Amino acid sequence: MQENIIETRNLVKKYGKFTAVDGISFSVKKGEIFAFLGPNGAGKTTTIKMLTTLAVPTSGQIKINSFNPASQQNQVRESFGIVFQDPSLDNELTAYENMQFHAVLYGLKKELYKKRIMDLLDLVKLADRKNHFVKNFSGGMKRRLEIARGLLHLPKILFLDEPTIGLDPQTRNHIWAYIKSLNKKEQVTIFFTTHHMEEVERMADRVAIIDNGKIIIVGTIEEILLKTGSKKLEDAFIYLTGGNIREEEANIGLNQMRINNKLTR
Amino acid sequence: MNGIYILWLRQLKRFTRKKMAIAGALGQPIIFLVVIGFGLNPIYAKAGAGNYIQFLAPGIVVMSVLFTSIFTGLEIIWDKQFGFLKETLVAPVPRWQILMGKVLGGASVAMIQGTLVFLITLLAGYRPEHLSSLPVAFIFLFLVAMMSSAMGATISARLDDMQGFPLIFNFLVQPLFFLSGAIFPLSNLPPVLNFLTKINPLSYGVDGLRGSLGGVTQFGLATDFWVLTIVSAIILGIGSYLFSKIQV
Repeated sequence: MQENIIETRNLVKKYGKFTAVDGISFSVKKGEIFAFLGPNGAGKTTTIKMLTTLAVPTSGQIKINSFNPASQQNQVRESFGIVFQDPSLDNELTAYENMQFHAVLYGLKKELYKKRIMDLLDLVKLADRKNHFVKNFSGGMKRRLEIARGLLHLPKILFLDEPTIGLDPQTRNHIWAYIKSLNKKEQVTIFFTTHHMEEVERMADRVAIIDNGKIIIVGTIEEILLKTGSKKLEDAFIYLTGGNIREEEANIGLNQMRINNKLTR
Repeated sequence: MNGIYILWLRQLKRFTRKKMAIAGALGQPIIFLVVIGFGLNPIYAKAGAGNYIQFLAPGIVVMSVLFTSIFTGLEIIWDKQFGFLKETLVAPVPRWQILMGKVLGGASVAMIQGTLVFLITLLAGYRPEHLSSLPVAFIFLFLVAMMSSAMGATISARLDDMQGFPLIFNFLVQPLFFLSGAIFPLSNLPPVLNFLTKINPLSYGVDGLRGSLGGVTQFGLATDFWVLTIVSAIILGIGSYLFSKIQV
């Protein structure tokens, strides 16, 4: 039995009267590729925010790499890298400068980060663009840079919140190939969300489906298909979460920002 | 401390790359200096108060520092909107250091802008009485920059978008400037104005700069120094607390 690198127990997050996450408990094993699925507004991003110290849970416990985000924030923050759902690069800086900013912020030494940045830029095929301003990058290039940045400080866990949103199939394939090889080579645990079920079928060791703030099922893809009597994960997903289209009930302003960001990516 | 350094560096890089913005921000002080300065100069002289440019120039320098600092601080709202702030907030760096890096960056940028405006006032005919006190003048300028930058950053901890911007501009930045003694002397004012100018921390910045450059000081340089230092420290304290509470 491998040890758990992410553990949550009865995790709850309320925004006023609205309960975004409603008492979820799950764990992710070290080295695993874990897919966290759910319709829009189900609580995926809120959960990731709590796991990554960006939001404080209303109640419940979290362990990340055996650290507690409530009391050991910095240890938790050093343990993971993250690619946010929305872009999070500084467009006025170059690709290299964005990486350097991250490296210094995470306390890496210059002799170490210079080489590591170039290796990672190589990996995501942006080495020849290192001195270009990020504002001139395409959506796919920005995504690749964000992934490289998330890996810079050698994290144990990589969170990917809809990393392939708005990307063409070529770029999507590339990105998942990098991620898979990273998982194999560096034993990085991958925790990701997506709406593309074929990505999950190709990538994930285990899957959790969340809806209305509650986890409805956790297991391997085979287990989920078996339990729901479906042939494809997409069918199982719709069977479990229903056919209705969801409205996201988050803060309207922030939500509009998210939509705008997606459109202008 | 690495965090403070890299945030400061980022601010400086962003600033020096926006040549148009630097030039653009010189417009307002030039207008004030030329239009108000030379426009009111004859009447000021007639009132027996001397040369108005001589009085106004330090106020205009403080104005440019105030505006640049507050707006650089408010840039954090853009960082929120463009998502970059999250990258900073998940890093293993204490939040007060993130605030400090931002504030120092904003203050440094404002000092550059203020220095440019100072040079322009020299072109317009302003003559400081003793150049030897220039270092003291720069200390006051730096304190004004820190205080205003901290103000901008602290406000943006609580704002999610730029909708509140006109409110901040018209009900904070403008009153701070106009009630600071930058454009008129603070002596013999009606009671209400007298009260408002005394509780305005920026008054002490204008007074400190004007006094150290050889003009008349209203409160005394020591008072100016301590008011600015203490107010900056209080704002930084509040800002650190609010930053530690930011959830996105």
